[in-house]
Amino acid sequence: MKGILNFMKFSKPQTAVECKKCGAEISASDLSDNLMICPECGAYMRMGAWERLKMIVDEGSFCELDEDLKSSNIIDFPGYDEKLSSAKKASGLSEAVICGTAEVGGNKCAIFVMDSAFMMGSMGTVVGEKITRLFETATTKKLPVVGFITSGGARMQEGILSLMQMAKVSGAVKRHSDGKNLYVAVLTDPTTGGITASFAMLGDIIIAEPKALIGFAGARVIEQTTGEKLPEGFQRAEFLLEHGFIDMIEDRKRLKYTISKVLGMHRK
Amino acid sequence: MSGNEKLKAYDKVLAARNTARHMGGYYIERLIDDFIELHGDRRFGDDAAIISGIGYLNGVPVTVIAMERGTTVEERIKRNFGCPSPEGYRKALRLMKEAEKFSRPIICFIGSSGAYCGIDAEERGQGEAIAENLFEMMGIKVPIISVVVGEGGSGGALALGVCDTAVMLENSVYSVISPEGCASILWKDSSKADEAAEVLKLTSEDLYKFEVVEKIIDETDRTQDEICSDLKNFILSEIEAKKAMSVEDLLAARYEKFRKIGA
Ligand SMILES: [Zn+2]
Repeated sequence: MKGILNFMKFSKPQTAVECKKCGAEISASDLSDNLMICPECGAYMRMGAWERLKMIVDEGSFCELDEDLKSSNIIDFPGYDEKLSSAKKASGLSEAVICGTAEVGGNKCAIFVMDSAFMMGSMGTVVGEKITRLFETATTKKLPVVGFITSGGARMQEGILSLMQMAKVSGAVKRHSDGKNLYVAVLTDPTTGGITASFAMLGDIIIAEPKALIGFAGARVIEQTTGEKLPEGFQRAEFLLEHGFIDMIEDRKRLKYTISKVLGMHRK
Repeated sequence: MSGNEKLKAYDKVLAARNTARHMGGYYIERLIDDFIELHGDRRFGDDAAIISGIGYLNGVPVTVIAMERGTTVEERIKRNFGCPSPEGYRKALRLMKEAEKFSRPIICFIGSSGAYCGIDAEERGQGEAIAENLFEMMGIKVPIISVVVGEGGSGGALALGVCDTAVMLENSVYSVISPEGCASILWKDSSKADEAAEVLKLTSEDLYKFEVVEKIIDETDRTQDEICSDLKNFILSEIEAKKAMSVEDLLAARYEKFRKIGA
């Protein structure tokens, strides 16, 4: 199956990684086996899209969609071609999102997983198109959508066309919702800008990982605009839960269990 | 690229930001008869950065939602320099739903450097408020005409920009990021905003070419009377055309207007 082959594309680099929080040196494979959670201090590190899929979907069930869609420099933005090729190299991905169908705990669903290693997970026309197509497919097939979100926002290098993807994806989410289909949004570190201001906040059920940064405006911009010092824990998952903008915070190790349970309750 | 052309986009940014440039409140005054302002989001507060209400456009009852930054210093402070807060977007959505109930077409005027970036705005869900508008506006069952009159600043502008017909005044701009923000990311130098404005392709001509907007209202060598009259006539004709469509066709076309961008 194509899905299994794709998992094999992800090979663990055999280097040591330093935990930014406690400074512990952890072998990359140990870290990966521990779902990118520091075994010493419990800090969450960012996960790649394939790692995330491996953690969430039932083995062998993933079938990728629209993997051939690739970005090009549509508004002739300086340096974008180079940026795209270095992002591809750095992430091993063709774009900042992977889309497909899969089973999670035996529940069939459509799934998209963003990856911050590809240009900070920013959304240009291809990311917008892939996610829109996924929602459209899910609407037609009456499938729930599970979305793992991480993004710096709309992709500057595609100008206004990136901004318009916010409306485009939101429209597809609306049609999916009008068809009485479930959308579970999982917000991971970091989720900001135009993504927070569109499909990240449109889940029927919104789950966040502990301490994930989630917000609209950047912290530095807010400080510059208001001259105020930001409170402790500002724009973290716990802050959003307290202010009523997410349904729950779930540990990474329990995410698959919780998502499976939610999907199971919405089975048609 | 010649030197003259190079400055052109940023000149438009500066023109759009010029404090003398008319914003939404002015167009309400000029285009709408018997305007009644309606306040508040029924959730938290009333955002003065957005003026909204009902009135007549040439005898047709309409709902109008307009970004306004104010003309005097006191008014600018009151209106938060035209940067809407979550309650502004929620007020807008409340009035759009009301317009739907009473079958009134909706006219939005966009002109703001962006959604307000503040601690309180984040606490009250700036992102959620914008997202909700994008989602709901896609399904509002009456015609929506959005007009960019000043600076169309990113997501904060788009939150009133999901529409059937998008119009830009010639010297307005509409961008994913401010030229200054773009320049500081790209060249670590916000003073290169003029170059950034050029590469961002944010002018009305650019957006028309990208088929993001359907109409440009000319401003060069034209009086305010002529501009207002053109705008009024165009909005009226669009409302007539959209009203003639079935709700199903209207919403399908609205979806397609955005669906085709980057497809
Ligand atoms: Zn650690």
